[in-house]
Amino acid sequence: MEIKLTVNGTARSDEVEPRLLLVHYLREVCGLRAANVGCDTTSCGACTVLLDGESVKSCTVLAVQANGRSVTTAEGLVAEDGTMSAVQQAFRENHGLQCGFCTPGMVMAATSLLAENPDPTEQQVREGLEGNFCRCTGYHNIIRSVLAAAGKLSGAEGAGGTGASSEVNA
Amino acid sequence: MSILGTRVLRTEDPGFLTTGAVYTEDVQDERLAGACYVHFVRSTVAHASILSIDTSAAQDADGVVAVYTGKDLAEAGIAPVKPMMPNMNQMMVQSLLATDMVRFVGEPVAAVVTEEMYQGEDAIELVDVDYGILPAVATMRQALSGERGLLFPDAETNVVVRYGDESESNRDLFEGCEVVVSEVIQNQRVAPAPMESRSGAAVWGEDGRLTAWIPNQGAQGTKGALVGILGLKPEDVRIITPDVGGAFGAKFGADSEHAVICWIAKQLGRPVRWSETRNENLLVMPHGRAQEQKITIGGMRDGTVLAYRLEVLQDCGAYPKAGAFLPMLTRLMTPGPYEIPRAEAFTTSVVTNTTPVGAYRGAGRPEAAAAIDRAMDLFADASGVDPAEVRRKNLLPKFTEPHKTAFGAVYDSGDYVTALEKALAAAGYDELRAEQARRRAAGDTLQLGIGLSSYVEITGPGGEAGGPNENSTVEVHPDGTATILTGTSPHGQGHQTVWAMLASEELGIPIDKITVKWGDTDLVPRGGGTGGSRSLQLGGAAVQQASRELLDVARERAAATLEASPSDLVFDTEASAFTVKGDPDISVPLSSLAEAERLFVHTVFTSPGPTFPFGSHVAVVDVDTETGKVFLRRVVTVDDAGTVMNPLLAEGQRHGGIAQGAAQAFLEEVVYDDDGNPLTATLADYPFLSATEVPSFDLVDMETPTSYNPLGAKGIGEAGSIGSTPAVQNAVIDAVSHLGVRHIDMPTSPQRVWRAIQAANGSKEA
Amino acid sequence: MIPATFDYQVADSAAHALSLLAEHGEDAKLLAGGHSLLPMMKVRLAQPAVLVDIARVGELSGIRSEGDELVIGATTRHADVAGSDLVRAEVPLLAYAAAQVGDPQIRHRGTIGGSLAHADPAADLPMTLLALGGSVEITGPAGVRTVAADDFFAGPFETALSPDELLSAVRVPRGGDVPWGYQKFVRRANDWAIVGVAAYDGRVALANMGGTPLRALAVEEALRSGASAAEAAAHAADGTSPGYDFHADTEYRKHLARVLTKRALQGETG
Repeated sequence: MEIKLTVNGTARSDEVEPRLLLVHYLREVCGLRAANVGCDTTSCGACTVLLDGESVKSCTVLAVQANGRSVTTAEGLVAEDGTMSAVQQAFRENHGLQCGFCTPGMVMAATSLLAENPDPTEQQVREGLEGNFCRCTGYHNIIRSVLAAAGKLSGAEGAGGTGASSEVNA
Repeated sequence: MSILGTRVLRTEDPGFLTTGAVYTEDVQDERLAGACYVHFVRSTVAHASILSIDTSAAQDADGVVAVYTGKDLAEAGIAPVKPMMPNMNQMMVQSLLATDMVRFVGEPVAAVVTEEMYQGEDAIELVDVDYGILPAVATMRQALSGERGLLFPDAETNVVVRYGDESESNRDLFEGCEVVVSEVIQNQRVAPAPMESRSGAAVWGEDGRLTAWIPNQGAQGTKGALVGILGLKPEDVRIITPDVGGAFGAKFGADSEHAVICWIAKQLGRPVRWSETRNENLLVMPHGRAQEQKITIGGMRDGTVLAYRLEVLQDCGAYPKAGAFLPMLTRLMTPGPYEIPRAEAFTTSVVTNTTPVGAYRGAGRPEAAAAIDRAMDLFADASGVDPAEVRRKNLLPKFTEPHKTAFGAVYDSGDYVTALEKALAAAGYDELRAEQARRRAAGDTLQLGIGLSSYVEITGPGGEAGGPNENSTVEVHPDGTATILTGTSPHGQGHQTVWAMLASEELGIPIDKITVKWGDTDLVPRGGGTGGSRSLQLGGAAVQQASRELLDVARERAAATLEASPSDLVFDTEASAFTVKGDPDISVPLSSLAEAERLFVHTVFTSPGPTFPFGSHVAVVDVDTETGKVFLRRVVTVDDAGTVMNPLLAEGQRHGGIAQGAAQAFLEEVVYDDDGNPLTATLADYPFLSATEVPSFDLVDMETPTSYNPLGAKGIGEAGSIGSTPAVQNAVIDAVSHLGVRHIDMPTSPQRVWRAIQAANGSKEA
Repeated sequence: MIPATFDYQVADSAAHALSLLAEHGEDAKLLAGGHSLLPMMKVRLAQPAVLVDIARVGELSGIRSEGDELVIGATTRHADVAGSDLVRAEVPLLAYAAAQVGDPQIRHRGTIGGSLAHADPAADLPMTLLALGGSVEITGPAGVRTVAADDFFAGPFETALSPDELLSAVRVPRGGDVPWGYQKFVRRANDWAIVGVAAYDGRVALANMGGTPLRALAVEEALRSGASAAEAAAHAADGTSPGYDFHADTEYRKHLARVLTKRALQGETG
């Protein structure tokens, strides 16, 4: 079946079989490999992209379902001049990634979360990322990154303050 | 201004965040053009003889290039793989593809090769395997008793190996103890479940060499494993390590599937690719932990511990792998950071019809820490002494000279009491106890639990003659850039950034001009990889040493160039140049000394021995006593791994370890039914930790350097996961101890907690 | 991980969807958000030969008020039900329940009709519809019929829908001030309920205590007789036949049903 859609702002037209998963369409047909496949039960979120601006798990969307729609991947968050988005920048500054496998999905989920709730509490961020698994970071710096992107952390705490101290806190 | 000890952002990240890292599944290389895809047919039963395998329907299916079984490998002369250590029962061999027997659900039985990826999952459904079902040895106890039979009749036992001679057990170990407590506890099986499952790509070149892309924790070890399994010549094999999406101990060496795809690539004369599904990953990637422990602890009513016995039953799964030998490390760390006059440990490793068990973050040491810290709390409970006080009383006092334990471990430096006090103070221990008392008096539904752990662990071990070591090459180029080759193998730890920091500190070259390479066996033929928290203390030290040795070489060249004596030269790090003492206008840049002749040094750094980071964790939980559900509210930790090179990254390692360790305590478990069928083989069923179950963590800094390397660094990678597991478990039990509960096995699921409350009879007597 | 092959048809109206269902019979399945169906197809527990995509049929989506009911189109997504000002004001229990389904990504795709038609006894919305005393509108070759929630769920993953029918809308009673409560007991936030309870206006429904969502009739009876929340909740497990797994055996589930029913009746959410 032929599908026509926009991927990261570029119009595309491709012939695909109905069972082709959107994540494989993006990776194998479009060559956009930031989104990863991490599970088979729609659990882990490593495949998260934006469909018409909203986060979806692209492993559970058929490419044919995206016909006529617009898809944004992590690659597409980068400006023409190479500047990362505020969310990507915040992840970098707050060490919100280690092995990086969950990261593009996490960034897309966070981007969608902040679009819907620009001023979340820590609890809302944790719940907002309940569909995105990470094995490396323990989530601590991911949460910090999202709150930083939301502008919650003040400049002084900004890059990297984690509450660690060499003084004993009573 | 030193760059060491500062929060340098990772140079890896811009790529990781935008186009994504390049994992094995992402690799696009012209050598892999036209690759076909391998999918595996796997056993659906835990224990059976293979009566027949009918591949005819699969062979006729769309896009199928070939179908291979164990028979094809045997005919090609590929022998089954023997257990990795000679003291393990050598009859317990594993065929790469099962031939006459399957011994766990998920064991590979056949390999189907297709032109396109999607065709593979269609084709494997068409392979028909006829199984003769046998009783499954589903548990360690069944393995020991023999009631379900033997996995390897030729082995005449289900026992793989033992450590410690039980016949030498001291029957009077607990003589003179006023209080003795004993409990059988579980350190349950968990799944490493890195976010990147296993995969591989392989091609044989016209030069007769194999090039394989495999996610791993040490390309040199992976190469060695493949060479051994397939009977190849080392010079014919090149392993390339793409970015690796987490490993946690489960990606060392080479698995059956890696060997099979390399072999298939040779048979077909075509490049071959393979990726497993998450279900396969949870079924087949080696599991972690899986110990049953009997702990017996005795001492005086004032809280002094006199004696401790640890008896370990280790589940190896169906084929002995690293898991079989980990109890040796558990035994080594039996007393932990405590001074226990009389202690002994005995371990037995057995096979069962389950997934093989391997190394998983901490690999044998978390098991020891969990046992001794559970024992300390049981002892505290039985003797009526506060758990913090029991620890204070029994921790080894501070030492700066190496301390050898009765089990042969030589702890390099330690200050365990200070770590405990810092953690308690940061947690507000007294206030927490007061709040707990208030809620107990009020009979609140939500009760507060406080759990402690004090741990020490062994990092950077090495069995090599001459001590643990790692190599590095540092080269400075005429254009002012530098390249570092390292034998370590990062998979999220940030070596690219920190190794550059270490070289930059010596050479004055900015880190964005330094390239770090690893994981290509043609480029770096030797290396110990990354595991056992070895990388900074050995690999980082090697980078520093190579950089310093490079300056020595450069100094000679500079002296010749400037017609001065080497001792008259000063290296100006900021300028990255040699100048003449007292005459700074006469200088020569370091990079220029590489123009006439390459400027590089290869060095090996050798440590006198492994190092021993340590710490204390305080976990705070709420337990809903009506439902048993546990809410993890706080984890306050001291994790002392000596001098910290990059606090940002060190904290990240601690966070990740704390979360994984906590997850084992209250959430995660691999479960099998009584027929050996796995019940937790998807991420929906396996209770993998998500962001909503853990809080942000409170880290307290403490650095007690080691004298074993110039950095003063010990290993941080596993420490967090060692301390948090017992702290969280102890906290849950503490929350309901006033109701008479003294032990709850991990994970402290709501059902387990609720049942423990029901089983205990009302309020505890004072 | 990859579904078996299938044919894909896009319906441009409800009538078109019905004609495709009639043409393909049991070989065809309807696809809206796909977040109940596609996961099953990916592990090959479902292998329909034809998927009929109704996601773009305008008449099947939307939320409107009709007398004393809200009418919600079947292909309305969970995120839209949860975020709708109308639903939050008029049927806050439903808005809350929709916000509990899965995770944000799943809620951007999954639909109320899809979830109800899938009829997982552990799911949020079937239990909620039962507590609300709502109904579903079913459109078929013979026209439109309405089936009360009490009569809709036939068994695990089984409903009153025939293969040639489609669930076209959901009807729920308006009642912004009606007391309600919701409890979903999970190990992790985006799990299905080990046990779930929805309480609304004296009706109590349970998730995962049997092959379908169940009314806790003994609890409702006790409430009518004047029992307190705690007293009535003691009957929550009466008449239930919960299964068991490693998370929870039957005895523990029954206990949870009692505790969670008490909390739901006390107006708590969690």
